[in-house]
Amino acid sequence: MSPALRASLPFLVLSAAIVVVMLLIAVRRDHRMIATVTAIGLLASLAAIIAAAPAAPVAVTPMFLVDGFTLFFLALVLVASVAVVLLSHAYLDGTHDGPYDEYYLLLLLATLGAGALLASVQFASFFLALETLSIALIGLIAYPRGRAGAIEAGIKYLLLAGVSSAFLLFGIALIYLDFGTMSFAALGRLWSAAHGPTDIYAYTGFAMLLTGIGFKLSLVPFHMWAPDIYEGAPAPVTGYVAVVSKIGVFALLLRYFVLMDGYHDPSLLRVIALVAILSMLIGNLLALLQDNVKRILAYSSIAHLGYVLVALLAGGVIGIEAASYYLAAYAVTTIGAFGVVAVLSQQGSLHDTDRLDAYRGLMWTRPWLASAFTAFLLSLAGIPPTMGFIAKVYVMTSGVGTLLIWPLAALVIGSVIGLYYYLRIIVVLFSPVRDAEPLPPKAGVSWAGGLTLAVLVVLLIGLGVYPTPVIALAHETTAGLMPHQKTIHTAEILPTR
Amino acid sequence: MMLVWLILIPLLGGLLAWPAARLRAAAARWVSLIAMALDLLVLLLVWLRHAGPIEITGGGRWIAMFDAPWIPQLGISLRLGLDGLSLLLILLTIGLGFVSVVISWTEIGERVGAFHFNLLWTIAGTIGVFLALDLFLFFFAWEIMLVPMYFLIALWGHENRIYAAIKFFLFTQGSGLLMLLAILALVFVHQRTTGTLTFDYFRLLGTRMSPSTEMWIMLGFFIAFIVKLPAVPFHTWLPDAHTEAPTAGSVILAGIMLKTGAYGLLRFVVPLFPLAAIRFAPIAMLLGVIGIIYGALLAFGQNDLKRLVAYSSVSHLGFVLLGVFAWNALALQGAVMQMLAHGVSTGALFIMVGALQERLHTRDMRLMGGLWANMPKLSAIGMFFAIASLGLPGLGNFIGEFLILIGTFRVYPAFAVVGTLGVIAAAAYALILVQRAFHGPPRDAVAAPDLRARHLAVMAALTVAIVYLGVYPQPVFDMASGGLANLQTATHGVLKLAEGDPR
Repeated sequence: MSPALRASLPFLVLSAAIVVVMLLIAVRRDHRMIATVTAIGLLASLAAIIAAAPAAPVAVTPMFLVDGFTLFFLALVLVASVAVVLLSHAYLDGTHDGPYDEYYLLLLLATLGAGALLASVQFASFFLALETLSIALIGLIAYPRGRAGAIEAGIKYLLLAGVSSAFLLFGIALIYLDFGTMSFAALGRLWSAAHGPTDIYAYTGFAMLLTGIGFKLSLVPFHMWAPDIYEGAPAPVTGYVAVVSKIGVFALLLRYFVLMDGYHDPSLLRVIALVAILSMLIGNLLALLQDNVKRILAYSSIAHLGYVLVALLAGGVIGIEAASYYLAAYAVTTIGAFGVVAVLSQQGSLHDTDRLDAYRGLMWTRPWLASAFTAFLLSLAGIPPTMGFIAKVYVMTSGVGTLLIWPLAALVIGSVIGLYYYLRIIVVLFSPVRDAEPLPPKAGVSWAGGLTLAVLVVLLIGLGVYPTPVIALAHETTAGLMPHQKTIHTAEILPTR
Repeated sequence: MMLVWLILIPLLGGLLAWPAARLRAAAARWVSLIAMALDLLVLLLVWLRHAGPIEITGGGRWIAMFDAPWIPQLGISLRLGLDGLSLLLILLTIGLGFVSVVISWTEIGERVGAFHFNLLWTIAGTIGVFLALDLFLFFFAWEIMLVPMYFLIALWGHENRIYAAIKFFLFTQGSGLLMLLAILALVFVHQRTTGTLTFDYFRLLGTRMSPSTEMWIMLGFFIAFIVKLPAVPFHTWLPDAHTEAPTAGSVILAGIMLKTGAYGLLRFVVPLFPLAAIRFAPIAMLLGVIGIIYGALLAFGQNDLKRLVAYSSVSHLGFVLLGVFAWNALALQGAVMQMLAHGVSTGALFIMVGALQERLHTRDMRLMGGLWANMPKLSAIGMFFAIASLGLPGLGNFIGEFLILIGTFRVYPAFAVVGTLGVIAAAAYALILVQRAFHGPPRDAVAAPDLRARHLAVMAALTVAIVYLGVYPQPVFDMASGGLANLQTATHGVLKLAEGDPR
């Protein structure tokens, strides 16, 4: 088997799974079977990563590069997708709004798009992968057709995806006009030879590119869509949008930034620092005003993307490692938090259980679920012994090493603000149940949902207490993205005597 | 390995106590008591069994040490060390742990399992703070002790508990993040000079850096610790947290958790940043003196008994701040003694207030008076600890304050003189407490029962402790001197260079 073929095995397995699921739907509509096959397909793709790893890094056509970086994040995306499939099965089973089978098809397609995004080293493949992801997501978001909120969210996402794609395309076209290449690496060489963008076209192009990516990552000031769509989409899909699509786009941004050698462009760094600071502060501040758990989590995810941007700004091996660990922690935590919402959401209702009031006294009525939710919230707040804590420390470590004073200050202030609204949810969870209110019917938790949450909690605390395996893995895989150890260019600022 | 058990036992005890409460509420209480007893046993074993002191170059002598890799990529290890200072504070922690379990026996009636889980986890976190010699591990433990304390206040507290709990958490967590930044900055400065990334306390001692860098990093640590201590102007969380916390929460908070701030100043701020600490000492001591006077005045003005005791803590810990930054043998011994004595006496006062609240359903002194007639035992004990708190000779607090003032007088006489005024103010608030609550004509014929055997036993133990500290403090000094010598060897060389310093 040629190295390129071997390295692309995970993608091939994933594509095969899509075809198999499509054919199975044509033969027999059976929700449980389709969900099982989807999960198996994702797990098989995950297993294929192990087979692909020795072949990496290898270029698969000029458009894709499969290296440790790709595979690390692909594994993350696949694990998150499996969790979403398991949570979705129980969630959809209750809506009585079938058929559900195409849902899994869309989920697989979106995962393939996100995976391809991770391997893209060129604008054409980047755009192709992004569209595969976005279009599948539109379908997923609007999947429960009986819900007005879901349809609204779907249409909003459609418009947003269209607008941001337009920005991206026009930006890419302008850059191509100036440099005459679509490959990130070639662009990076031309760029550093020319010492930055040469003229107004290139500047505009890069600005539009960043705008498009900012939309996808819902960074401030491109964040307006996130709360509405998070609220309207079905809870498992919200988790998917918040995790898989963002990891895909962020990893691409990271690769692009490193290959372009963006670290030598102070103006670009300043713009990204500003976006990061605004995301951390505004995301957290707006979350304070919400009374809806999904909206709170939406704003909190805006802030979290701001935190990861700090790691991106820091750069160097430690910055990439920090971003990798952070995204892993973010994935586990966010899927878990939305998973709790999904598990709690009442069967066949028109809304998810997302009003804060609905969570009152959950600790005393459903202690296991509430404990898990508390753990996820503490992780989001960055409190030990969870992954969120190590992740935040890691990001701060990378930031202190490169003296990113203002982003770090925003990170600290943002974290303290964040603490307030996470604690607010926790307080509600622990408040005594009001006697006057009728208790919500205690629906049992499906074994798949319960198992997924249990595994996520174990990961959250296990890797929060002993993070070494993930850090070692990130060190071996993603850090290879850095061409060489970055010399810290701020050495003069901190005198050592 | 024994040191790890010291932390693990309360953690496991907590995990066991939660489900145990499903069987019977008393089961959770017994599990907690047994966990504390085992922990005490382990501590005594470590103390008595050690073959000989462990020498650490540049770090002094240690009773026991543990080291294992944790996150090698970042130079983080599980490094624990026990010296005289940590031993005394852990002894205090375990002792007050016992006390907290016993006094909650009747006070906490609902969610007993969860309560003991949180109690034991707070204690475990605190022990971790006193043992950690890796800065990351220290921060980890520092955070671990916060969350359960937050729950203790937020779930089992009084009327305004949510506000108090959130305020407590935001203050400590916000300052904690500052400390994390400072830790990371220190680690990076160290990495830049030596090329190794490490969070190890001993390796970071004596890191060379420019005076302004040292000052900034020192301030990051300093603020985190004086928020916890608490010193003016960061004390505002304390009266709220104390007032709203359940009795056991107040005892743990005042008795142990405030000491982590003082311990941090002793263990980290001065040894790691000796030059900055010397330069900063006048300001720190000024804050201490302000705390002494201001805390005492506010305590005098309170009607709420718990608030009174809380503000008196601010005043007492002002002495500790003074003693730490005087940094000579006398003042440091005084600071340690003050920490122990304050833990015992304030713990006892909070128990007394808690007992009153359980009986009278109020903490307002305006509604009390003449309690002596009804509850002679409670009142007598209350008066005893109020007097201990004002620093009567023969009791522990006196020794602490006296040594701190003498030690301070050698370095900064002015601060010592003003600090002495605080002792007078303490007499005022302590006596007014006794006067308003216990003496005078009885307000109503409240037929409230006096202290029962369980509380009496606890109070008796605390009384013995405070008298022992006051009458025969020498064993404590001997024990502490080992630990304090560790700290002073770390700063010795540097301080010698600082010209004209009377230390």
